[in-house]
Amino acid sequence: MLDISPEEIAETVTMVTQQHLDIRTVTLGVSLTDCAAGDAASIGKRVYDRLMQAAERLVPTCESIEREFGIPIVNKRISVTPIAEIATCAGPDLTPIALAMDRAAHEIGVDFIGGFSALVQKGIGRGDQLIIDSLPSALAATERVCGSVNVASTRAGINMDAVMLMAETIKATAEATADRDGIGCAKLVVFCNMVEDNPFMAGAVHGSGEADIVVNVGISGPGVVNAVVRSLPDDADLTAVAEAIKATSFKITRAGELVAREAARRLGVTMGIVDLSLAPTPAEGDSVAEILEAIGVGRCGGPGTTTALALLNDAVKKGGAMGTSSIGGLSGAFIPVSEDMGMLRAVECGALTLEKLEAMTAVCSVGLDMIAIPGDTPAETIAAVISDACAIGVINSKTTAARLIPVPGKTVGDHVSFGGLLGHTPIMAVNGWAGTRLVRRGGRVPAPLGSLRN
Amino acid sequence: MKTKAILSVLGEDRVGIVAAISNALAEAGANIEDIRQTILSGVFSMTMLVTIDEDAESFEAVQARLATVAEEIGLQITLQREDVFRFMHRV
Repeated sequence: MLDISPEEIAETVTMVTQQHLDIRTVTLGVSLTDCAAGDAASIGKRVYDRLMQAAERLVPTCESIEREFGIPIVNKRISVTPIAEIATCAGPDLTPIALAMDRAAHEIGVDFIGGFSALVQKGIGRGDQLIIDSLPSALAATERVCGSVNVASTRAGINMDAVMLMAETIKATAEATADRDGIGCAKLVVFCNMVEDNPFMAGAVHGSGEADIVVNVGISGPGVVNAVVRSLPDDADLTAVAEAIKATSFKITRAGELVAREAARRLGVTMGIVDLSLAPTPAEGDSVAEILEAIGVGRCGGPGTTTALALLNDAVKKGGAMGTSSIGGLSGAFIPVSEDMGMLRAVECGALTLEKLEAMTAVCSVGLDMIAIPGDTPAETIAAVISDACAIGVINSKTTAARLIPVPGKTVGDHVSFGGLLGHTPIMAVNGWAGTRLVRRGGRVPAPLGSLRN
Repeated sequence: MKTKAILSVLGEDRVGIVAAISNALAEAGANIEDIRQTILSGVFSMTMLVTIDEDAESFEAVQARLATVAEEIGLQITLQREDVFRFMHRV
């Protein structure tokens, strides 16, 4: 007996065929703790062998799930143990490990592999230093490897020495990939309060609290939410808007939960988490900015944007929380400038600035994401921008991050294209009155008080 | 292995749609358990609950067979595992 109505079936089919409903990523987290060795070449060989054995069936399994369930899985990816943890005795150049990860990613058929990473919020260990020193060459020499460094946390405060070091590393990575408009920086995230189970790139890692192999799923659905909000009557009040988003988020999350369960079952590994982030793509209509405009903001970035984003982000989580008991990862709307056509239009017409994006990061997921800035932006200015994002994360006990691309030879008014999911964007202006002396002081911004929250 | 699936058909109404799809399913050893047909916003819409016998023919082979039928009669036919709809539309 058919207990699903034809209207419900048509709704699901329409979500997929017309509103870009898809699973954004199935990310296999793989522990590499047994791959430690005394030199980078040996580690690289062990990492390659481990990945080929652990992830061999990932792509065909996801493809059969896509076909049988009729829901596209846009990306299949891998996250690994932060390489700093297994490379303490190697060095000085860890690029051979990145090359091995890249080779495995190509052969397995995943578009990105994350985990060329280090956590330095309190101090920089030897392995961490090796990772940071190797990032420019590793990201230049590879196509699919992503790196991330955690420089701050609510419990440790902000490691300003690490922030400054990462700003210099971002500049060096841009120079190392200057022939491709600094694309290396699109694969490098600087985090505050990094999470251990993030399935999204470029910041995915497989944390030390995880099982050996885990399936994490990132949902999608800006297009579906956008269509639902736009279908509401003009006089629907904000409670009705939140209700509609919640109901839609439940459905999107259930699709993610089903895919996560099925992928874990078929691969014979642990199901990890479902990440409730709304992740836009450069496809027309698949935009978070357009949802904010559908809620009622004149143009994304204008007054009211932070309110609309807070409502959206919270409603997505509330609906999602009913859809899965395994919420994890970042679980907050993404607002990457180059990957969201609505954001792009808002930047081009002057409605959306770096400062507004910083405010938005206080109420959603990683806020300073895929932002191209002038190539001659001083490292101290980049460090100050990163530290502002970190301050929001540290004080509000949330993840924040910066993925900034100082595009060599380009300035405000120029345009840059990274291709594919990374999209294209104008170069954004950066406030010239940076806290240069602040970041040069170095040291640590102490961890904040947990009470007295105003 | 028996797998429940939802078959949905969308497109312009014409003679022989149900016959073509039923024949294809019968050849695949799939059983039709329920069938509903309606006109949604002027478009012919049919949904079927079917049980696929994957020992007789794999899910993907049935999908391929239906894709051929879809091309012949010029309609959109999708076959998806029933779990998707149950997960998305029922708490």
